Amino acid sequence: MSTLFDILASAGLWAAVLRIATPLILGTLGALLSERAGVLHLGIEGIMTFGAMIGWLAVYNGADLWTGFLVAALAGAAFGVLHAMLTVTLGLSQHVAGLGVTLFASSFSYYVFRMLVPVAGTPPTITPFQPLDIPGLTSLPFFGPAFFAQTAPTYLAIIAALLLGLVLFRTPLGLAIRMTGENPHAAESQGINPVAIRYGAVIAGSALMGMAGAFLTLSAFNSFFPTMVQGRGWICIALVVFSSWRPGRALLGALLFAFFDGVQLRLQPALNGIVPYQLFLMIPYLLSIAALAIMARRARVPQALMQPYRRGER
Amino acid sequence: MRLERREHRPLALVIATPVVAVLAALALSGILIALAGAPVLEAYRRILIGAFGSRLSTTETLTRAAPLMLTGLAAAVAFRARLWNIGAEGQLYLGAITVAAASSHLLGGLPSAVQIPLLLILGAMAGMVLLILPLWLRLRFQVDEVVTTLLLNFVALLFVSMLIDTVLKDPTAFGWPQSQSVADAAMLPKLLARSRLHIGILIAMALAVIIHLVQSRTVFGLQSRAAGLNPAGAVFAGVPLGATLVKVACISGGLAGLAGAVEVMGVKSYVTTDLSPGYGYSGIVVAMLAGLHPLGVVLAALFTAIMFVGADGMSRSMGIPSYIADVTVALSLLTMLVALFFTQYRIRR
Repeated sequence: MSTLFDILASAGLWAAVLRIATPLILGTLGALLSERAGVLHLGIEGIMTFGAMIGWLAVYNGADLWTGFLVAALAGAAFGVLHAMLTVTLGLSQHVAGLGVTLFASSFSYYVFRMLVPVAGTPPTITPFQPLDIPGLTSLPFFGPAFFAQTAPTYLAIIAALLLGLVLFRTPLGLAIRMTGENPHAAESQGINPVAIRYGAVIAGSALMGMAGAFLTLSAFNSFFPTMVQGRGWICIALVVFSSWRPGRALLGALLFAFFDGVQLRLQPALNGIVPYQLFLMIPYLLSIAALAIMARRARVPQALMQPYRRGER
Repeated sequence: MRLERREHRPLALVIATPVVAVLAALALSGILIALAGAPVLEAYRRILIGAFGSRLSTTETLTRAAPLMLTGLAAAVAFRARLWNIGAEGQLYLGAITVAAASSHLLGGLPSAVQIPLLLILGAMAGMVLLILPLWLRLRFQVDEVVTTLLLNFVALLFVSMLIDTVLKDPTAFGWPQSQSVADAAMLPKLLARSRLHIGILIAMALAVIIHLVQSRTVFGLQSRAAGLNPAGAVFAGVPLGATLVKVACISGGLAGLAGAVEVMGVKSYVTTDLSPGYGYSGIVVAMLAGLHPLGVVLAALFTAIMFVGADGMSRSMGIPSYIADVTVALSLLTMLVALFFTQYRIRR
């Protein structure tokens, strides 16, 4: 018990929570935006992998960190165009199309990485983002190292969550997006172009997913290796349901999730030899399933989610 | 010009669709091979040589096709009833570890004729169990099974990793995390001497035929198709939707578990965490390329096996990353989806 208390009282835990949460926040926001417009985006896992790879590769080849971040976002957007073409223009099964995008984006990442980076014993590294020094805050006792010693993308992710909430619920554009997700035919009768809205939401969402991946290689770690995304994309999809498609709750959900993950990471060494480490590693996935089971029935799903929109066809 | 839904799809079109899709995927991958600075046609020639160039490579391709047929069937059966089982990878691992545990601790002494069927059944049941949970969550709590089956893949792999690190660890493996081997009597008979080719591929092909007959000739087959085409309509017509989906899940999970069992009993004899190079996920592509038809799965699995085995050989001789096989297979899923769209609609002027 005292171990648990020590863990909760350490600034390191809270810093880790924010760090673990960042890719989840960005990924969940991306999936949420897409689903709000009515498109389930299972391409997320692959787009995160590609973002992690291409962002790292850009920096490895001399670009600065923000350029790498931007490259990852643009690459994500490109896959978003692909997913939108399949699901919006052609109206294909969003499940299968998304899985196809994930399979393609991840295998393509490995291919490009293997082609451009020679095999080496230790993977090549870059210098990742350093924690920002915020005057007056970072130097605070406990709170400074716990909450204000993050890298810039973490703050960006939190701002993005607030911004997306604002756009979705306080602007005409947000109303148009939500309306397209609820009833594209009604949206069209109001002069909204559902196809354009869906394209925009999927592409912007995919850009966020690309950034989520880039955070892994440009801030959390400093190198790329296959399978590094480790199901984070699927966890984000679960978090979207958990958040009832609300950006603010998505932020809280990601933080809560990262909190459990951070605690289990720190409990692991304390219980080493008593409890197999694999049981700890299962926790994030089991938590996601539990969150889905609890929230799925209570959540208000966008009514037109997974329904292709074809003008004049019901 | 506008799109019009087709009332009827001619057989020639149904057969041509996957062929066109695969050719398109090969053309797109060709661009990537060219970008890597290699002659494209030569690379494809080497892939064919890598897959069929010798007795060894041909038997390897067929050996690789067996688990792909089983996971492909697992996906095809489930998708037809619109049960999105994306968890074949985890079900495969659970089937594999169950077989390894049962044979090394419990049934190892039994003669082959008894042990092999028992183990195959146990492996299949392990796969079923792992799919019943997400189905229960769907029926009880309306949780989308796509995400839960995906998440359970990671749980299953960690579970296997834990077992082969602790209670099932092979003490003679020099500290490597690998499970104890199954008994010699548990190994599937070989089809050809001096090769790895075992009867698993015959099991898979027989199952494809049986599933085809069940789907086309039985009430259950009709009910499972109805559940996929229009769940609400199926219920209205008196189809017991829940019971049908449970049966479909048992077959689908069972097939994926069987894939793991067959891979252990036919090829590896023990379980490691790299037993499957993504057979579960490739099974989805196989099923889609087959148009969810059980007999088509056999051919689609062969194509996928050719790509994987052939690309290994090509990669060694030409310096193209062997991931090109994964890219081509993934691309063929996307091109197949697009091709399917154009068989459902036609362009009218």
